[in-house]
Amino acid sequence: MWRSTGFLSILALAMVLLAGAVPPAAAGDGVPLPHPAKGKGLQCVEPVDAMRRYHMKYLMHQRDDTVHGGIRGAKYSLQGCIDCHAVADPKVMNGEKRTLKPFCGACHEYAGVTLDCFQCHSPVAEDKPNLSQADAQAVREAHQQALKSRIQQGN
Amino acid sequence: MSTCTDTTRRRFLAGAAGLAATTLAPGVMLITAGPARAAGGPVTNARRWGLLIDTTKCDAGCDDCVVACRTENGWQGHDRPATDSQWIRKVDLTDQVTGAKTSLPVMCQHCETPPCVDVCPTGASFKRADGIVLVDKHICIGCRYCMMACPYKARSFVHETTHGQKPHAPRGKGTVEACTLCVHRVDAGGTPACVEACAEKAGREAMVFGDLNDPNSDISKVAGRLVATRIRADLGLNQGVLYHGF
Repeated sequence: MWRSTGFLSILALAMVLLAGAVPPAAAGDGVPLPHPAKGKGLQCVEPVDAMRRYHMKYLMHQRDDTVHGGIRGAKYSLQGCIDCHAVADPKVMNGEKRTLKPFCGACHEYAGVTLDCFQCHSPVAEDKPNLSQADAQAVREAHQQALKSRIQQGN
Repeated sequence: MSTCTDTTRRRFLAGAAGLAATTLAPGVMLITAGPARAAGGPVTNARRWGLLIDTTKCDAGCDDCVVACRTENGWQGHDRPATDSQWIRKVDLTDQVTGAKTSLPVMCQHCETPPCVDVCPTGASFKRADGIVLVDKHICIGCRYCMMACPYKARSFVHETTHGQKPHAPRGKGTVEACTLCVHRVDAGGTPACVEACAEKAGREAMVFGDLNDPNSDISKVAGRLVATRIRADLGLNQGVLYHGF
């Protein structure tokens, strides 16, 4: 009993020493961590950590409600994701339009998880052409207001 | 498939579930449809969406409905007619005895008892409570049984990778698709793109859209005035798309 405790203490001490000796992984080592662009809105439909873990479940549940029940514009809408998170990226469509691919792709590529949504769904944001900055801000605020009321209603 | 042929009993049971009956006086019953759609709730069978196409107003040279559908739902093809998608098409008929010509658009007929739903092995082919027949492409495996079962050749298979889909009409390679009765417009209180184009662009008003369950809707009034028939009515599918004039 004493011997095993002593062995464990030595092992723990060795690990502490080793940890001190080896510097933490510096930026540039291995695959860099993804940094998806921040959304345009003030808040997401759920806390960020919940969205990271469960966004696919939220989307899958709501897709059935929409396709079979005709319930549209509810809380977890793919269109809502696009409105807030689509960005123009030179690698997608020559950066001509805002698309959701760079935002989703950042983590999906890092984790090696296939992204099937856009085989059928359009990732492109339907921005109104020639919208002035003030009008675009007004549209965004109206969208946020609608989002807030949906969050408060719980759907 | 004995359960499928026993439609009388099935319809009676479905009717009993969906209809509320009130006794006004002994022997007099008021039967109304089920509850209307609640705000934010799913569609109900209180409504049954339908189309009435007056072929006497339809012209062989006009395909505005087809163009409007293609633009609205983004099913432009690859110039390969044998495999390109076709949600709606114009059919020109000539009576071999009299020589009389008729032209009419044909799309998904939104049957009450759709054969495509009967044969679907995954449940992807389904009928919404309000009568619109759709494909849930999330669970479609592309077996194409529904295409073989449909008597109206209304469905298409997507053979090639799709680009430029509309946000409200997702389309993907390996799935089956058809007319959705512009369900995204209907859910927003609008009318299908073909009906709008027929009235506004072509100026013909040969297509009427509305609720077949509502006796005061435009479609019910026109259907009561004109002799409306269904294509292959002998199949007993009770389609939501009605025709007049041939």
